[in-house]
Amino acid sequence: MFLTLASQSLAKLLENHVPEGWQYVGAGLIHMALLFAVFSLCPFFLIWMERKVAGRIQDRLGPTRVGGRFGWLQSLADGIKLIQKEDLCPPAADSMLFRAAPYIVCMSSFAAFVVLPFSGGWVAVAADCGLFIMLAIMSLEVFGIILAGYSSASKWSLFGGMREAAQMVSYEIPMAICALIPIVAAGSLNLGEIGDMQSGGLRNWFVFHDPFTFLAFFVYFVVATASCKRAPFDLAEAESELVGGFHTEYSGMRWSFFFMGEYASMFAVCGIASILFLGGWNTGISGIDSALAGLRNHDGALSYLAGVIGVGVFGVKAALGVFIQVWLRWTVPRIRIDQVITVCLKYLVPISCFLFLGSILWPLVLHAGLGGRTTWNEPLGPRTAAAVRSASLLALPEDADTITEETNPDTDDAEPAAETELHRDSVSTTPPRTTVTLSDLSEVSQ
Amino acid sequence: MTGDVLFFTLFALLACFGAVAVVVSQRVVRMAFWLIISLGSTAGLFFLAGADFVGATQLLIYVGGTLVLLVFGVMLTSSGPYLKIDTSPGEMVLATAVGLLFLFMVIGAQSGVDWTETRTLITGTTGTAGQASAFESGSEGNTLRTIGMGLLGLRPDLGAAETGQLHTGYLLPFEIISVHLLVVLVGAAYLARAKRRRGT
Repeated sequence: MFLTLASQSLAKLLENHVPEGWQYVGAGLIHMALLFAVFSLCPFFLIWMERKVAGRIQDRLGPTRVGGRFGWLQSLADGIKLIQKEDLCPPAADSMLFRAAPYIVCMSSFAAFVVLPFSGGWVAVAADCGLFIMLAIMSLEVFGIILAGYSSASKWSLFGGMREAAQMVSYEIPMAICALIPIVAAGSLNLGEIGDMQSGGLRNWFVFHDPFTFLAFFVYFVVATASCKRAPFDLAEAESELVGGFHTEYSGMRWSFFFMGEYASMFAVCGIASILFLGGWNTGISGIDSALAGLRNHDGALSYLAGVIGVGVFGVKAALGVFIQVWLRWTVPRIRIDQVITVCLKYLVPISCFLFLGSILWPLVLHAGLGGRTTWNEPLGPRTAAAVRSASLLALPEDADTITEETNPDTDDAEPAAETELHRDSVSTTPPRTTVTLSDLSEVSQ
Repeated sequence: MTGDVLFFTLFALLACFGAVAVVVSQRVVRMAFWLIISLGSTAGLFFLAGADFVGATQLLIYVGGTLVLLVFGVMLTSSGPYLKIDTSPGEMVLATAVGLLFLFMVIGAQSGVDWTETRTLITGTTGTAGQASAFESGSEGNTLRTIGMGLLGLRPDLGAAETGQLHTGYLLPFEIISVHLLVVLVGAAYLARAKRRRGT
């Protein structure tokens, strides 16, 4: 099965206080409750932030009354209002699909967080192809919106749904290509591994890795904004043309599910951006990064503290991305649907293809011209370079044998012993594990 | 282990229920919805089996791609409010016969496999060291690198570690298929676009 839960450090803390074998269950439950609370409050905070920022940009005050001076309880008041509203379904609508559509949107946006790491090793499912799974799950969100548009039996909704379908089908292409560019630099799809590779200074962030990843970051951000159907790409809603677009016929909680899904996916795409390009949970200052890495090697409370700091850094980066999306929405006018498609197919797709090609050729330039360390001479990243070195020995099995014999005697030294193991396992050698596995859990609980 | 069994039962029941509902329902878009349930549950079964790459591919291609295009096509072309498909009794009989035949074939194939042998292979009691390590790395979640190496022709499960020999990769067929699909895409776009008459 998958690598599991980020909780081994919390579990170590709990070890003395709960019965044997239950510390992982306890740690898992605590983290589940925390995550649930955070993601219920996250849209609340983001909606309040959106209204405040929108107010400031338009020279208004925004919400001021509910909850004191800054109106910070405005979202709660909105929420109570939405829960009280009647759950309407138009008589002409396909009632089953009409009722199911908001759940598809909401579930697919929130399910993406299962594979998103929040800090070094803090991830619910540390899948080897985490980014791929995340993009796959987030692509389901479109389906809910199209269903909502289709099943409402309203012209406005149908137009909104069709625009959304056309927009998403075309914007998925540059989004996937732009996400691939830092993957080429990293040599891994595992989001946790990608984040760990960028520790130790700003220069290790993939956005500063080469000129192509630098440009790809901005292209990715534009495409991600479009894929969350945020202005200037909010053609599916377009309230000045289509009333409310795909959600014209919705009211109350079902309506708010669409927006919870939208804010969750905004946070998710900004989280991907911050892991792929902006160093994830690393601060970008090499001294602090190495101090945090040192803390992480400790047991118990200190390593947990390092994890919490990582979550803070990651959260600030992702929230900054969301803030820029909000800023863009209230600054840039909406573009027409033909312009949206033109921007994607005539500009963003060729640009991202060019950047992709460039990022593949860049290691060659760096390796041959500048003599730097790249994926060209060290493929699959520094973490798994050892595995590949052993794989390249496949063609010369005698060499592998001699090296194994050489390194065999000094087994008390940790490094050569690990290499011996790598040679024996050959290609399928596993990279050093950052998270605890199921088998580890069972070993501990025995 | 009980959690695995629980989730397997849940996903398997959902997949079967969705598949039956696709056949029973008559509105095309409802069929698409039930197809999501069925295909999504199948993806869940893949995740449960540790094949996360296959599961994600299933979600991305079938649910996020094919079904979205299906509904998009229905929305673009349908003349009435909800497009329906009425099946005649003859079609029902034919489809049932084909379905039953397929079911018998699957049951035959399933009973033809020696499952105890497969189990010993997975647990590493039989088979080569390469096979055992391939299964082990898969069970630890390191699924992607094995697949990528296999695509390039490094097959530890076929004993590449022992013999030091490269097997046939799948890179060339993969590239041929992708270029073929690109050509098809360009051709479809050329055929579908509005023709400009000469001289006007």
